[in-house]
This record gives sequence, C-alpha cells and structure tokens, in this order.
Amino acid sequence: MDALHSFEVIRPHTVEEALAARQAHPESRMIGGGTDLLVNIRRQIETPPVLIDTNDLADLKSIDVSGNGLVIGASVRLFEVAEHPEIRRLYPAVAKAAGTIAGPTQRNMGTVGGNICLDTRCIYYNQSEWWREANDHCLKTELGDMCHVAPKSKGVCFATYSGDLAPAMLLFDGEIDLLGPNGERTVSMRDFFTGYSRQDGSTGDGIDYMAIEPGEFVLRIRASAPGTLVSGYEKIRIRRSIEYPVAGCAAAVARDGNALADLRIAITGTNPRPVFLEGAADLAGGALDDAAVQGIDDLCKDQLMSMKTTFTPGHYRRRVATKMAIKLVRELFEAAA
Amino acid sequence: MAKRIVSFTLNGKAHDGVVPDNTLLLDYLREGLGLTGTKTGCDGGECGACTVLVEGRAQLSCLTLVGQVAGKAVETVEGLSHNGRLSDVQEGFHMKLGAQCGACTPGFVMAAEALLRCNHRPDDDDIREALGSNICRCTGYIKILDAVHHAAARRRGEEPAPYPPLPDRVAGHVA
Repeated sequence: MDALHSFEVIRPHTVEEALAARQAHPESRMIGGGTDLLVNIRRQIETPPVLIDTNDLADLKSIDVSGNGLVIGASVRLFEVAEHPEIRRLYPAVAKAAGTIAGPTQRNMGTVGGNICLDTRCIYYNQSEWWREANDHCLKTELGDMCHVAPKSKGVCFATYSGDLAPAMLLFDGEIDLLGPNGERTVSMRDFFTGYSRQDGSTGDGIDYMAIEPGEFVLRIRASAPGTLVSGYEKIRIRRSIEYPVAGCAAAVARDGNALADLRIAITGTNPRPVFLEGAADLAGGALDDAAVQGIDDLCKDQLMSMKTTFTPGHYRRRVATKMAIKLVRELFEAAA
Repeated sequence: MAKRIVSFTLNGKAHDGVVPDNTLLLDYLREGLGLTGTKTGCDGGECGACTVLVEGRAQLSCLTLVGQVAGKAVETVEGLSHNGRLSDVQEGFHMKLGAQCGACTPGFVMAAEALLRCNHRPDDDDIREALGSNICRCTGYIKILDAVHHAAARRRGEEPAPYPPLPDRVAGHVA
C-alpha cells in the first residue's frame, strides 16, 4: 500500500479553536469518522494539507430532544442516533436512516456532520488514481474537463448525493447550524443542498452541492417537532450492508380519518442533492387513492434524474425510488390509522 | 513530516508510539508493531478485514489515524487468547470451521467479540447485523454464524450445540 500524502492533523477541543484552525488553514478539511474522507484521500481524489479532527469537540456531541424539536451535534456518531430511544420514538425516519448507513462498524465511526456533508459519488469519480488517469479524469476532480456519465452535460457534474440523514431531516423542516469567519448562522436544509435538480433551477451540481462558505463548518442539525407526522425510511442497496444506496426514501404522513392530511417525501441517491419532492403536500387533502399515488409517480418522474452506477442503469434507480416512495407512503398511512 | 507521541492502551497494556500524523492505525499495528493479525483487505473501508476494537466497539483500522485513538483502549486479535488458550470466539471459528483462507477471520472475530460483549444470546439476525461490515469470500457465512453461536453458548457458560442441520438453515435463508 502507498503511504498517505503528508498532512498535519489539528485536534481542537473547542469550536473556537476549530474555527481558528479553519481560518489559519483555508485548504483544511474537517474529519470526523473518516469513513468518507480517508477513502478519498487514499485514492488521491483529494490531498488536503491539514485535517481538523472534530472528535474532541465535546460541545458537538449532544443529542437534545424537546418539545421544540431535535438538535444533534455534528460529532455525534451515527450509531448513537440510530439507538437513541427518543429519536426512535418521535423521528423513526431519522433513526432508521442513521441505522441503515453502511454497516455497523462504519456507523461506530461515522459522524452526523460527515454524513450530512457526504461527498457526492459517481462511478467515474470514486476510483483509484490510476483508474481515473486511464480514463482522462473527470469534471469533479481538477484534472478533468468532461462528465463521463453525461458527456453532453456542458460542464455540469452529475455525481450523486447519497447521504441518508439529510432526506429524513428534510421531512421535519431540517436546518443546519454553521460556524464560519462571519459567525454562526442557521440555514434550511432545502437551501443548503444546491446540487442541480430539474424543478428548482438552482445553479449547483455534483461539485457545488452545498451552500457552505469557505471556512465554515457544521455545528449541529435541527428538526422541528414531529406533531402528528408518522415517518419512515426505506432504502434499496445491492447488498444489505456497507453499500451506498441505489435509492433511499424518507416519507412522513399525517392522517385525518380516512384522509391524507399531510404528505412529505424526500429521496436520496438519485440527484446531486437530497430531493425534497416539491408538490407532495398538494397531494394531501383527500384519500390515498389511485390519483394520489399517480401524483407521487409523476413528481418522481419529474424531479428525480438518477445516473447509471456500476450495477444499475439510471432509469432503474428512478423507478426503484418511485415504487419505494409509494410503498412507504401506503405503509405509513396504514400505520397512522 | 513532524512526528508526535501518541499514547493509548493496546491489548490492555499502556503503549506510547511516535508516529507521523498521516499514519493509519492499520499500518502502525502491522508494520510498526509487527501485529500482523489485523489484516489489510480492500484498503477502502468495504471489507472489514482490518476490524479492531476501540473502546470496545468495532472500528476499521484502515480508516483510522493513529492520533484518533489517543487515550483510548485498542484491542486486536492478538489480545484475545490467554496463556495460549483460544478465546471463546476463536474456539468457535476453529470448531465450527468458520475460517477457510482466513484473511477475513481476524476481522470477523473482532466484530463478533464486540457483539458478544453486549449480547450473550444473539439470534441469526443479530449476528448477521453485527457482522454486516465484514465480507468473507470463502465460507458462505453459514459456518461463521455457527461459530458465533458456539462462542455465545460458551460465554453463557453452556455447552455449545452440535453442528446444526445445515439444509434446513440454508433453505430458511434463501426464503
């Protein structure tokens, strides 16, 4: 095995120290569990000169569930979210999303901040240096100038966002607390993820997929109180563990008698961002009938734009996501009775 | 590159190492300390062959920098046997033929050890879930399940079950 490139690791104990380190080293990367970043470093996809280890930031290790909602620190481990009794009770979509990320060993390591900021993935990007070089590199690294998965993309990168926590948090008006040189700010997850999605006209893509300013880093994520929403999370993988999702779907419904009172659906693994299906709430108001199901199908067709992976063609992943969304919504509607 | 002193507990003994920041725990264990029981597999966090315990939980040493275990308790497969006697998990893999080529075995043994410390009575699903980060290309996993059941029985102080009726179990998992 080749040694990793030379880098320095800074281990701050307070967020102030972390911010100072971030400002002193603009090219630095934050490292939590390392299950995403260190793989990329091993493949020389990125070679940051400084890593800032977030594991000693005690302020970012708490989970708080109250009447106001849910707050999870960026350094909380994924298994802690999956096993937290109050999250399991009130936010089953969040607990299940966290509990199905990769495998148990990865969940012991990976952090909430890391999963939210998970790098976008593509079969032409997540490869070794010699593989990428043999293929003339791609848009997402600085060395390439073409998107191999969508050759006519005209400079737009189609790498896929596949984090599981973000879609589950989007159901509950998810927000992210960021700290940077200009202080702390809270941004809605729907604005945070900017990767191009057909319906919103945003300018981002698989490279520019987060509205994070230089020097900023994630402090915590927030969700509103669930109210009467019943939520769940499903995902399809080629094998049951370790794997990134073919597609993942988070959904929440509220039921009023036999009517669907609220409907929220968010999907990951298809676009360069987690897709909060625009227009899903408009399908609520009546029964969960064929028209409503067709409505979900139409929204997915319009808003999901998955690309091929090693195992599946793109349109298959969109169909999987659509079927999964409909199945999950039906199950949740029954459970809410 | 500058080196730092990193202190941690390794298999129950205090250890101080002098390592550059970019050293992975896997490389340090194998090449720095000669503890080659921990295996290098995929080099990318996909196979689990490099699994060690950090503070009692399974962790991938190929994606852990040595500095990240400072002050923590690290256990490798070398720490399991006592006075030449195999641990219950090692005995299970030996008795129930849970290893073939053996490259994945230390990782499976450590992941199983982490499971049995918090669950003495795991069922097949518990074991499959707990070993979900490990890949074996030889055994087909059935014998690994048997090995962990064997170890769990030992840990409960019971006599391990004889070899279970294989065709029934295979059929159960296919369904």
